[in-house]
Amino acid sequence: MNTVTALIAEDEALLAESLRGELTSLWPELDIVAMAAHGQAALDAALRLRPQLMFLDIRMPGMSGLEVAQALAEDWPDDSPFPLLVFVTAYDQYAVEAFDRAAVDYLLKPVQRERLAQCCSRLQGALRQQAQPAQADLAPAALAAMEQLRTLLAQPGLGAPAVPPGKAASPLRLLPVSQGNTVQMVPVDEVLYFEAADKYVRVVTATKEHLVRSSLRELLPQLDTDRFWQVHRGVVVCADAIERAVRDEAGRLTLHLRGHADKLGVSRLYAHLFKGL
Amino acid sequence: MHLLPAPLPAPLTALRWLFRQATIIVALALAISAFLLIMFRQDPLTTLIYSMSITLCCSTFIQGLNRGLTWLVHRRLSPEQQRERGNWPGWPLMLLCLLLGTILGFDAGTALGNWLTGHHSPGIFDASLQRTLATLLIALIPGLLITLHFVHRGRLDAAEARAQAAQREAAENQLRLLQSQLEPHMLFNTLANLRVLIALDPVRAQAMLDQLIGFLRATLNASRTGQHSLREEFARLDDYLALMQVRMGNRLRPRLELPDALAELEMPPLLLQPLVENAIKHGLEPHVEGGELRVSAEQDGTSLLLSVRDTGVGPAQAAEIGQPGTGFGLVQVRQRLATRYGPAASLQIEAATDGRGGTLVSLRLPIQPKPETKT
Repeated sequence: MNTVTALIAEDEALLAESLRGELTSLWPELDIVAMAAHGQAALDAALRLRPQLMFLDIRMPGMSGLEVAQALAEDWPDDSPFPLLVFVTAYDQYAVEAFDRAAVDYLLKPVQRERLAQCCSRLQGALRQQAQPAQADLAPAALAAMEQLRTLLAQPGLGAPAVPPGKAASPLRLLPVSQGNTVQMVPVDEVLYFEAADKYVRVVTATKEHLVRSSLRELLPQLDTDRFWQVHRGVVVCADAIERAVRDEAGRLTLHLRGHADKLGVSRLYAHLFKGL
Repeated sequence: MHLLPAPLPAPLTALRWLFRQATIIVALALAISAFLLIMFRQDPLTTLIYSMSITLCCSTFIQGLNRGLTWLVHRRLSPEQQRERGNWPGWPLMLLCLLLGTILGFDAGTALGNWLTGHHSPGIFDASLQRTLATLLIALIPGLLITLHFVHRGRLDAAEARAQAAQREAAENQLRLLQSQLEPHMLFNTLANLRVLIALDPVRAQAMLDQLIGFLRATLNASRTGQHSLREEFARLDDYLALMQVRMGNRLRPRLELPDALAELEMPPLLLQPLVENAIKHGLEPHVEGGELRVSAEQDGTSLLLSVRDTGVGPAQAAEIGQPGTGFGLVQVRQRLATRYGPAASLQIEAATDGRGGTLVSLRLPIQPKPETKT
């Protein structure tokens, strides 16, 4: 068998080192191309080195393992197969149940050698499948990975933010936007889309644009999800404002809006929303 | 005759309730018959039939009235007040129930007795006023006695239920406290590190195990001991921080500052623990570079000022990227402070203002005199 490239993302040095040790002894052909100590480092290294496998710790500083996976799903280039993801967690009451259902392989810390060996043979099987002639669009394995990620991201406490008590009942109607010493109340009904921009969220209406000092993650649970759809990790769009979705040669979807010139890209992770259009 | 109605009986208890009612009515009727037989020496069977029907009717009317009034009174109360009040309308209305129920029941019972025996004993409304009053007074006595009995028992039951509820709540709280302190994520990560160290560096593994043992013992004991010294508290924090340092490496730079003069002061055990845990979980763990964590104690007049200071992400950002915490740690610290010191203690959480970022948590306790040392 040829060498297989892998990346380990784990913030605790001892655990990362031991995982590397056990993996290389169990799977000599495995080449650990990078060790990342936090989420952003893992994302950067993965996009640069394009490993075939990734071992992602869930709780990491900066970006969680799941957020790394989401970002990868959106930014992964089309010309190489999406990596196989294995999540590693010490204890997350949500995670274990979610992983069981979503069928991504996951490891519980402390990682036992037998279980790791089982994981390795599962990965080898998946790699053999991946080696079959790939289809024009995404390989089936990658499609399955997207499906799994979607399921995981929908878990409250894992991907979806745990809704603060009392806030879930009624969706936000007015959005307070401070401009200098005045606070303008923007009706949420007029918003065409929200876009994450660094530490702010751009709020775009038909005629104006505002910046809100908040994060999309914080805003999202306060919105009516029937009206506002997330189409990218950084974009939430008002469903009524979508005029059409256009697919280009590479298979990427772009949304055209009613009454606004901006065009919005749809990430792979959310492309299923526009199936059949 | 009269029974404080239990909340309307569920199917299974309904049978038992009916049986109990019947027993009481029969027993009462027998006692009254015996009394009447001894006093007036009338025909035993007739006496028995009359006492039986009158007892039955009085009981029915009194219970019916009682239920109706209880319902009317309860309708205007919150569930909380209803429980407070119990399942009866209160003494004044209850007396009205007894009086009305006895009058109506006596009359109806006499009519029933007349019908059964073919005699013509006058009903309560047909007899002379004097006789009516006398009969009524006698007929009221059993009702009053039974009411007294059940009110007393109801109070005892309510007190017992309250005691049980309090006990249950205390047990639940203790369990939640323990769960929040033995946070599974921390525990399993620590064990994972320990597992690695055993092969890599047995000496260090042993030291780490000792720290884990110290931490576990202190946590399990904390719910049982009322207080311990600051020296003890800081030693436990040291164990905990050492465990966390194995995991976080130089991303966690702890500093414990306890002046010797304060070391023997007493404080509730592991009060600082959840604050330090929060500082790591919400302040330093999400911060890529990690940071400093300083825990210090100082005297400020008559109060003791304990501070937990981290140079992590700061409270505003922590709330935003927050690991969805339960908030139980803080709630529990506040509760412990309130029950123990009342307004004399305070807990404050704010963004640190010295320009290095992060969060400052200040805990103020009244200084307690040192415990008497036994010689």
